[in-house]
Amino acid sequence: MSTVPVVDDTAPSRPVAEPVLQVRDFGVRVGHRDLVREVTFSIARGERVGLIGESGSGKSLTALGVMGLLPEGLTATGSARVAGVPFDLVGASERRLSTVRGRDLAMVFQEPMTALNPTMRVGDQVAEAMLIHHTRPDRASARRAGVELLDQVRLPDAAALARAYPHQLSGGQRQRVVLALALANDPALLVCDEPTTALDVTVQALVLELIVRGVQSRDAALLLITHDLAVVATACERVLVMYGGRVVEAGPVDRVFTRPRHRYTQGLLAASDLLAVDDRGRLATIPGSVPPGGRFPSGCVFRNRCGHATERCESLPPWSGESAGDGFACHHPAAPDEGWGAGGRP
Amino acid sequence: MSSQELLAAAQPQGEPHTGVGGARRAIGPSLVVGAVLVVLVVAMALVSFVWVPHDPTLVDATHRLEKPNGSYWFGTDKFGRDVFSQVLVGARTTLFVGFVSVGVAAVIGVPLGLVAAVAPRWLGDTLMRVNDIVLAFPALLLAIMLTAAFGQSTFVAMVAIGVATIPSFARLIRSGGLQVMGTEYVLAARVAGRRTTAISLRHVLPNVGNLVIVQSSVSFAIAVLAEAALSFLGFGTPPPTPSWGRMLQESQELLFLAPRLAIFPGVAIAVAVLGFNLLGDGLRDYLDPRLEDRQ
Amino acid sequence: MSAQAIRVRDLVREYRRPRTSLTRPGPVVRALRGVSFDVARGERFGIVGESGCGKSTLLRILAGVDRPTSGTVEVDGLDISGLPERRLRPLREKLQLVLQDPMSSLDPRMRVRDIVAEPLVAQSHSGNRERVAELLRAVGLSEEAADRYPHQFSGGQRQRISIARALAPRPDILLADEPVSALDVSVRAQVLNLVTDLVEDLGLTLVFVSHDLSVVRHLCDRVAVMSEGQVVETGPTRQVYDDPQHPYTQRLVAAVPTIERALAGASTADLAAAELRAIEAMAEERTTA
Repeated sequence: MSTVPVVDDTAPSRPVAEPVLQVRDFGVRVGHRDLVREVTFSIARGERVGLIGESGSGKSLTALGVMGLLPEGLTATGSARVAGVPFDLVGASERRLSTVRGRDLAMVFQEPMTALNPTMRVGDQVAEAMLIHHTRPDRASARRAGVELLDQVRLPDAAALARAYPHQLSGGQRQRVVLALALANDPALLVCDEPTTALDVTVQALVLELIVRGVQSRDAALLLITHDLAVVATACERVLVMYGGRVVEAGPVDRVFTRPRHRYTQGLLAASDLLAVDDRGRLATIPGSVPPGGRFPSGCVFRNRCGHATERCESLPPWSGESAGDGFACHHPAAPDEGWGAGGRP
Repeated sequence: MSSQELLAAAQPQGEPHTGVGGARRAIGPSLVVGAVLVVLVVAMALVSFVWVPHDPTLVDATHRLEKPNGSYWFGTDKFGRDVFSQVLVGARTTLFVGFVSVGVAAVIGVPLGLVAAVAPRWLGDTLMRVNDIVLAFPALLLAIMLTAAFGQSTFVAMVAIGVATIPSFARLIRSGGLQVMGTEYVLAARVAGRRTTAISLRHVLPNVGNLVIVQSSVSFAIAVLAEAALSFLGFGTPPPTPSWGRMLQESQELLFLAPRLAIFPGVAIAVAVLGFNLLGDGLRDYLDPRLEDRQ
Repeated sequence: MSAQAIRVRDLVREYRRPRTSLTRPGPVVRALRGVSFDVARGERFGIVGESGCGKSTLLRILAGVDRPTSGTVEVDGLDISGLPERRLRPLREKLQLVLQDPMSSLDPRMRVRDIVAEPLVAQSHSGNRERVAELLRAVGLSEEAADRYPHQFSGGQRQRISIARALAPRPDILLADEPVSALDVSVRAQVLNLVTDLVEDLGLTLVFVSHDLSVVRHLCDRVAVMSEGQVVETGPTRQVYDDPQHPYTQRLVAAVPTIERALAGASTADLAAAELRAIEAMAEERTTA
């Protein structure tokens, strides 16, 4: 690494094994337009990585693309490999992908009601997930394991609750059932897209902890996608920041959130800080707004909103780091100790 | 947007301005094809007022059951009447049938549904129960009763079908209207001080308009088929006025001898039904401001 | 003009769910169980609570679109709690509402100019064209926006349109129901600044309902914390946030993730500690019962 961190790098030292998820040069296009470009990152066993971005950043498309769930008309390019899966997820047929989803990789979405079958009891749904992938030999053992999983997500009186239908549960309870479903077959990778955005804050705290516990106990990798910086800061060790379909900065949470280098990250952190106000009591903002229709500028995708942009920014900024997991792409980055910029803290 | 929202947006009825799932053109193939077919039927009806190759009601025993030829383009039926002329004039009956019955149903059913949607719950529910009773009453029986009372005529048959179709409109509009009443923009309108009547006309009606259009086109098709059925049974258009439905009925006994006598009116009915259905779909999309071409 | 813009006393709202059995009537839902508070003129008052706490019901009653079962609500000295719709005109002139969902709070079939002008039309004003242009400028939108439809705008812009509509009849009191919850972080900052600007420039009284403690803390002078139909704690926002007295408020504050706390070492387990304890307690109750 070229930079010497001032604070201890929090990425724990693990034996360098094959990463659980390896995404290389991933892109999504619709027609002639690129919505996501050159996304490269990897997640190791037991690692928790957050993917931050706002509307139009491409973070959800990236998640969908990796799981092979892109809607009609969108195509994915590049490569996404999951440990233990012999084929590349990008471009794989639906038939092959369905053997992998729910087993090696699992997903939790924002709205639990659409992930659950409203006509099936929740215990049966969890059991079914196991029977489909043959991780339990018979229905009886799958049922028992299902109740066990519901208990793991701290659902009260799991045995009785297993007989309930989704509509009889609260939003938080349903999301916990979805989590149990996702973890049922001990996936190597859990992808969560805004899993707690629709939940109350106390329920959110619970569900986040259950997610973290769930992956930790299975030594699984976690990719947590959200717009909520505080959630990523709390639940994840590393973070990727996306804007305009590209990863603009990446690194350990401690470093990125205290000493952001990319101007967008800096602006985002400053804008999210509701405690810091200028002398008129106003929050820091990023000037302008996300261009409509996803038409980001060429070269640096942020340059039309950046106070530090120059002609140089018309060309694509190179990635600064040695690895895709730590670095930034900016021609005029913040100084290593600048923090959140004028009006911001740390 | 979360991935869930993206997936939802990519469904065919989604919001095209995200660029996901493809934009729909406001003037789609449905509208064009539907319009063409409908214009064809209308043209046939209009032309029939000005010119027909032969008098469709003229019985001519010397030219019975002729195959299509230079003089009789679609051939003749068992009474020697020109099939082509009957098809032309029959278009009038078809359009008359459709517009009267849908007109009756919509003019009564839509306001009924609107009132049931914006009125207090108990009133709306009561209206819908009355609606259900009418819905349960068989249209055919109604047609027979009215025919017995007022004599056999196309108009009587169509009023019967129209009345029998009112409940579908009322129920649909009520259901759509209730949804609109539950939206935040109606809440904002109430807080702004709008009265219920203004809300029903300014907010509910435009937002259920698409339902009315689609239901109208479906009901039009059903009315055409119903008239055919009624004529088949002897309750619809009385002879000798040409009607595609009655032509179908009369062709029944000669089906194996001269299938063309069923095919010509059958295809005509199919064209009209298809045309109005497609037109309805196309119009609904055309009138939705969210579905402008954005690319 | 009374000093208190809003006075709420012992507000109760109960209603019956539809019956599910032939013999017994449906269960009674107690959405509000006796709520009392005051909002001073020009104050920025926050109401914080999670789903089911009754804040939406409270807001609807304040806005005059729902009637309480008992209790009084005085807006600018006028008791609106029992008034029929036709007598609510004075309320409608003084108090307007900004809602949460930028997608469904604007009629998709109306042009922006008609949407923003709606309160003016409902209250029989004239000169609406100019007023609409003025309002759009005040919320940072161009005049051309008036001819377009809602779906042509982003979430943040739609909220601006909602705000413009609410300000059209020159109200004294602005109620806001989670107006920034559905917005991106950077857009949220812009809209919050806009709200602050407008409230200051126009001398409005603001009642801001949210589940997001941090937003309320930034924007409001005082806050009421609600749970299960009751106000459990009220006070200056700083104080309630830094030193919560009621156990529910403490749970709420403990569960909010912040970057600060995370960098200081808080983990998801720390945030969830209170919730997990509550679950344990309930489980124990069940086994002993």
